[in-house]
Amino acid sequence: MAIVSVNGETCIGCGACVDACPFGALVLVDDVLTVTDKCTACGACLEICPLMALSLPETVKGPAPDLSEYQGVWVWVEQFGGKAQSISWEMMGQGRRLADRRKAALTACVLGHDVGRIARQAVDYGADRVFRADHPGLAVYRTAPYAAVLVDLVRRFKPEIFLLGASLRGRDLAGSVATELYTGLTADCTGLEIDPESGLLRQTRPAFGGNILATIICPRHRPQMSTVRHRVFEMPPADPARQGQIIDVEPQLDEARIATRVLNFVREYTEVNLTEARVIVSGGRGLGGPKGFEMLRELAGVLGGTVGASRAAVDAGWIPYEHQVGQTGRTVRPDLYIACGISGAVQHLAGMNTARIIVAINKDPAAPIFGVADYGIAGDLFQIVPALTAQFRARLK
Amino acid sequence: MKIIVCIKQVPDTAEVKINPETGTLMREGVPGIVNPFDTFAVEEALCLKEKFGGRVTVLTMGPQQAVEALKEALAMGADEAVLLSDRAFAGSDTWATAYTLALAIRKLGAFDIILCGKQAIDGDTGQVGPGIAVQLAVPALTYVSRINRVEPDPAPGTIEVERVLDEGRETLQTGLPVLLTVVKDINMPRLATIIDIRRAVRMKIPTWTAADLAGADPEKLGLEGSPTRVITICSPPGRGGTVDMIPAERADEAASVLVEKILAEKIL
Repeated sequence: MAIVSVNGETCIGCGACVDACPFGALVLVDDVLTVTDKCTACGACLEICPLMALSLPETVKGPAPDLSEYQGVWVWVEQFGGKAQSISWEMMGQGRRLADRRKAALTACVLGHDVGRIARQAVDYGADRVFRADHPGLAVYRTAPYAAVLVDLVRRFKPEIFLLGASLRGRDLAGSVATELYTGLTADCTGLEIDPESGLLRQTRPAFGGNILATIICPRHRPQMSTVRHRVFEMPPADPARQGQIIDVEPQLDEARIATRVLNFVREYTEVNLTEARVIVSGGRGLGGPKGFEMLRELAGVLGGTVGASRAAVDAGWIPYEHQVGQTGRTVRPDLYIACGISGAVQHLAGMNTARIIVAINKDPAAPIFGVADYGIAGDLFQIVPALTAQFRARLK
Repeated sequence: MKIIVCIKQVPDTAEVKINPETGTLMREGVPGIVNPFDTFAVEEALCLKEKFGGRVTVLTMGPQQAVEALKEALAMGADEAVLLSDRAFAGSDTWATAYTLALAIRKLGAFDIILCGKQAIDGDTGQVGPGIAVQLAVPALTYVSRINRVEPDPAPGTIEVERVLDEGRETLQTGLPVLLTVVKDINMPRLATIIDIRRAVRMKIPTWTAADLAGADPEKLGLEGSPTRVITICSPPGRGGTVDMIPAERADEAASVLVEKILAEKIL
């Protein structure tokens, strides 16, 4: 699948791209660069080449489609149990900024049952217009009816940009909606900018477990859709005096044709909810067993935080999977992350290295976790953690 | 019961090191592995087969060497595997990938359950599973942590699963056929024995190209059919600065220094 092409006259065989390729698809044989079929057209090599000898094919065939009828920025307001999720308002802040840049309106889509208050809040947080789909069949999130309502609205009102939260529901919903609409969807964005020349949305997201940042555009399909990572963007201020239009839409739901039923919901992450947590006290192999986590729970309790864990601790059965931070667990972005007895494998770092302040406590002063930490103590966590708990308790009273 | 598992070969990020000077990835000689979440999907398929009988087909799209990932799934116990490989598929984003996999699944015929991992560890999008379901017009249940019940009768049957959401666990019921994406705590994937691996190596794995996929619209395949384009790739900015190491001779002193420093950050 060699896609990247090499200009043999320009290439000097320096090999810079060989190291840059995330897939090992570029090979130098006798100073001649070959692209193997591992190439996925990711583009990582293009900018690395000092001589611009690499290129991707221009696949744009025919005249550019007329996209001018697609206007405005939309945000899906996720709600659960009658309350809007904070990610929704964070996106309203971004949506407002993008809409102003495009000199267009910001629209919020509020789906649920008895969601009048949330619709009003959407105006407070910056919406010029709210589509409110209020229906008993939408009370609890289900992919098919939610996607049907949004797809119908997009087809009728043609937004240019559509943002959804990168929560589990948001990713589930966005994947369905974008597929149905045949448009581009960029997952888990941490940066959204309007390109000043083309007016396109430049969507930046981490990939490879956070080891690289990719910037992605959607040039010929609309709307340009993104899911947006939680706790990356500031919450905008709510202004109860703001004016906005709330439009009721009648969802056409035929329960007989919706196959899926929600039978039960067990709220269990009130203690764990890592993605929302402002403080996380996390433990790894250095804790030596499940008892070590009791000590962390106490510290987390004093700090108003929650307990996380490395994969090693989860795999050892010391703590359930829902606490796992890292590539195969949760990606977290707390204000304070205290890593206790965690060595700091790349996969763990990928899940927490965007925390505001990272504290590492580990016996081994050479542990990689200290490489990303702001504060470190190379010592015995069984002495330091209880001392921290006692002192924070005294100071935070 | 006819079960299809979609898997992806990904670079083994455990082998990836970051060049401390340039901050770029050092991937030379990094082996390809089966995306870890997909191994849970394969295991779940095998468990379903053990319970209900039937056939497990594993599908992947990728370059020729992705056949290695299929062999691993065959060694675990899958009955057959198909590789989708063609220059025309190259450069597919999640939309085009879902489109192509859905065409291949149609070619495989009627199915009861499609299983996918919740996301691949290289792209981390989690979009291909729901995309396949929309293409095939079947319900998708994502982030499944347990299959509570499958009732094949009366046909087409129903399924009840538990899935993980941000605030807790939800129990869902839907009709078959269905697509499920699974999370890590659904099971513990079995290890293939040497005999299994030898058997898998001998199994024939057909390669399907675009020409094998009936009704494939060439304008919807590969880079051409992909709505998104990657325009730049860079290393994330480092966290900057170096770690402030607090002397640890006495635990309570170290703790008190740390407490002061954290309080001074004004984040609590």
